[in-house]
Amino acid sequence: MRYLPKSDAERREMLGACGLASADELFEQVPPDLRLNRPLALAPGISEYEIADYFKMLAQKNANGYASFLGAGVYNHYRPVVVDTIVSRGEFLTSYTPYQSEISQGTLQAIFEFQTMICQLTGMDVANASMYDGSTAVPEAAMMAVRITRKHRILVARSMHPEYREVLRTYARDQSLPVEEFGYDAESGQIELADLERKLDDQTACVILQSPNFFGVVEDTGAVADLARAKGALTVYTFAEAVSLGILEPPRDADIVAGELQSFAIPPSYGGPFAGILATREKYMRQLPGRLVGETTDVNGHRAFCLTLATREQHIRREKATSNICTNQALVALMATVFMELYGKQGLRELAIQNLSKAHYLGAKLERRFSGPYFNEFVAQGNGAPVADVNRKLLERKIIGGLPLREWYPELGNAALVCATEMTKRADMDTLAEVFEA
Amino acid sequence: MTQNARQHLTRNEELIFERSSPGKNGYQLPELDVPEIDPARALGEERVRGGIEGFPEVSEVEVIRHFTRLSTWNYAIDLGLYPLGSCTMKYNPRINEAVARYDGLAWAHPYQPQELSQGAMEVIARLEDALCEISGLDAITLQPAAGAHGELTGILLVRAFHQARGNPRKHILVPDSAHGTNPATAGIAGYEVRNLKSNDQGMIDLEELAHAVNEDTAALMVTNPNTLGVFEENIAKAADILHAKGAMVYMDGANMNALVGIARPGDFGVDVMHINLHKTFSTPHGGGGPGGGPVAVRSHLAPYLPIPRLRRAGDKLEWSSDFPESIGRVRAFYGNFGVLVRALAYILAHGGPDLRNATVDAVLNANYIRHRLRPYFDLPYDRPNMHEVVFSDARQAAKGVRTGEIAKRLIDYGYHPYTVSFPLIVHGALMIEPTETESKLELDGFIDAMIAIAHEVENEPQTVLKAPHRTRVSRVDEVTAARRPVVRWTPEANIAPQTTAADLVGAANVQRPE
Repeated sequence: MRYLPKSDAERREMLGACGLASADELFEQVPPDLRLNRPLALAPGISEYEIADYFKMLAQKNANGYASFLGAGVYNHYRPVVVDTIVSRGEFLTSYTPYQSEISQGTLQAIFEFQTMICQLTGMDVANASMYDGSTAVPEAAMMAVRITRKHRILVARSMHPEYREVLRTYARDQSLPVEEFGYDAESGQIELADLERKLDDQTACVILQSPNFFGVVEDTGAVADLARAKGALTVYTFAEAVSLGILEPPRDADIVAGELQSFAIPPSYGGPFAGILATREKYMRQLPGRLVGETTDVNGHRAFCLTLATREQHIRREKATSNICTNQALVALMATVFMELYGKQGLRELAIQNLSKAHYLGAKLERRFSGPYFNEFVAQGNGAPVADVNRKLLERKIIGGLPLREWYPELGNAALVCATEMTKRADMDTLAEVFEA
Repeated sequence: MTQNARQHLTRNEELIFERSSPGKNGYQLPELDVPEIDPARALGEERVRGGIEGFPEVSEVEVIRHFTRLSTWNYAIDLGLYPLGSCTMKYNPRINEAVARYDGLAWAHPYQPQELSQGAMEVIARLEDALCEISGLDAITLQPAAGAHGELTGILLVRAFHQARGNPRKHILVPDSAHGTNPATAGIAGYEVRNLKSNDQGMIDLEELAHAVNEDTAALMVTNPNTLGVFEENIAKAADILHAKGAMVYMDGANMNALVGIARPGDFGVDVMHINLHKTFSTPHGGGGPGGGPVAVRSHLAPYLPIPRLRRAGDKLEWSSDFPESIGRVRAFYGNFGVLVRALAYILAHGGPDLRNATVDAVLNANYIRHRLRPYFDLPYDRPNMHEVVFSDARQAAKGVRTGEIAKRLIDYGYHPYTVSFPLIVHGALMIEPTETESKLELDGFIDAMIAIAHEVENEPQTVLKAPHRTRVSRVDEVTAARRPVVRWTPEANIAPQTTAADLVGAANVQRPE
């Protein structure tokens, strides 16, 4: 086996050094009746060429060569080649969590830069080293708000990603944290402030909103935060489309920001791995879950970085930890770090404007369900044929259409969520509009 | 000093913000093929930001050099043995990286039509089948994003099972040798944690267990082999004790690399377990993620698995959420799919026979280390081990040198340290897991380095106490880092808030497997 670097002679020599006659003796501590007394029912190993061939075949069974108008939390953005060049370096790819700071300075400094840029992007003071993804960052933010406020009720916008809401409910259920939803305005698609105000009470730990929300509509975070603050609740701002922060005001009124960085050079990869972020104000730093890298010096006075404030974490506090989380998504966060440094101050803004421009070109051609301001996706209202029929017609033209919303939002009826990014071509948008309006 | 490590030049490299100057960039976008929209008009002036304050402005070549220089400051499996106990740092085959990047897989959107996702769904189906066969369990979810996430999922399944029988029960038993994530998980799932004392062999104490289990026990969380690297020979009896009271056995699969092809948790009484794809199935650790934490269960827990679940409909695969008793989603979409691709490629490369052979080599390597190092280091539980071995620093401590210092000295010899001060039941632990992908030559080099350090402790302890001597930075001030946390760069001098004494507890250089 090509990954097993020993000859049989070496194995025999090593067994001999252990005083053993055969490899079977290595397992004498496993009671015979608990052993597997047959080979695993898995085919024998195959060559590298056959592995490549098999996965090529699988890749071809998936959509190939289609233009896509899907967004809904996973966006098609160009990935600069430099990103994979860097994350493929064995020193990043095959290293462990940087506990041993003397031989992990590369990963540590990269994470420190990541934390800094997430703060700059979100307007927060402190960001951790990343979370699994956006959907799991949200319940961690909610649990953080519960710890800070010592209240238990969680209010979440119905216009937040439906799958994020489902994950939040799974996490909250067994911690006796009631989760309640507030609605959106049927005309603008923005949060219905009156509904939020009605549902806010002095037992509310936090109000969670997404902006741009699941419908692509940009929210007014300030108005939400004002209502929350009046009742002593924290405001948790979530985003799924990180490129929007290249042009949108950062959520300065929020107390916690939980979001998804997939848009920053992380491949869609059928939904993961992605990288989530969690950022907050300085006064809440010690309630942040997850890894945190800090700057310090070494014995010779050189700048150095290390993991810090570990007393929040499971390996020190055990059942009293802020979270059971132990890793971040280091390599995926590194993709986002490289992306942010390549695009930088100008590039992210330009990229955001291109997304805005493409989506608004398309938006002008379709009937939009909501009137609120939108970034790079919107709800298109189908007037004629059901969305499923429209999408079937589009598939014939090698186009994957918008996401039907009826399953999650029956009240929206025959509507689809449509996204355009810098990768979307004008000709495909024209085709989409033509089929949609036919 | 052996020949395994010599010094070489590495370049200094500032933070990227310190290399930035206005007007530089590392990107170029294509010409817009639609009219450019004015953001202030489209979004409203008050919603539009200026430039992102502080964001770097650098060119492409500077980005490449920046990260290449940083990378040379890291240790990695690609450079050598990485003997972190319970972390299973094995070789990461590069074909796995290549196939995960194939367009049809890397660019698959989770909401693209299912008839255009059959290839991705087959990856999931085939990995599910393989992991069920390997674990001896009946059903599985691949949705959890990491080991700790899998633990949470598994305990939520246990809770749902008990809840469906009218009582979620109150506590979870966790042996004192367990990983820190176990008690943390139990807490988040709404359970009280009860610690279970190990017997004098570091194993589950059946009497203690029988005494602790009652109708309020939801589950035992057990690691097998345990964190001493020893197979829990009474695991089946322990399972009987729990099952007799209606409680479940949860297995932390961190040490599954010792069992693949040898014994199956489903065959020794385990009801639910998580599997760390980034350990046993060699998906790269990547400096701390991404991972993958599938959860496999016996059939009585299957109705509660997260949705959606994959099922066969004729010759097609389809996603179904029609499982009314499910605990719901634990993550958006279908989990860390890219990690699943790599794990499946690993399994296909080995196949059944070589998966078992890999286990044999992993166990052989760990026993070889035990035999070669036992004349020099104390073995608190001196018995045959599986895939890892735990020494203590008892002999060296007599000379004033502790496990953390021996670990730092190991760096000078060109090796990553073992796991320090874990498991907690061994005072001054040195926890060593070599994995199967180390040659005899590499193992001998490591062993020689450990022996050389043992001699240094006897003859020149100061050399060990002040290590490492040959790294870019040495003895990083972690106490100040925690007392005055500087967790982001700012152009001005950093003014950090004072910290409390509680923050300093555990700030010493302690590492834990995950």
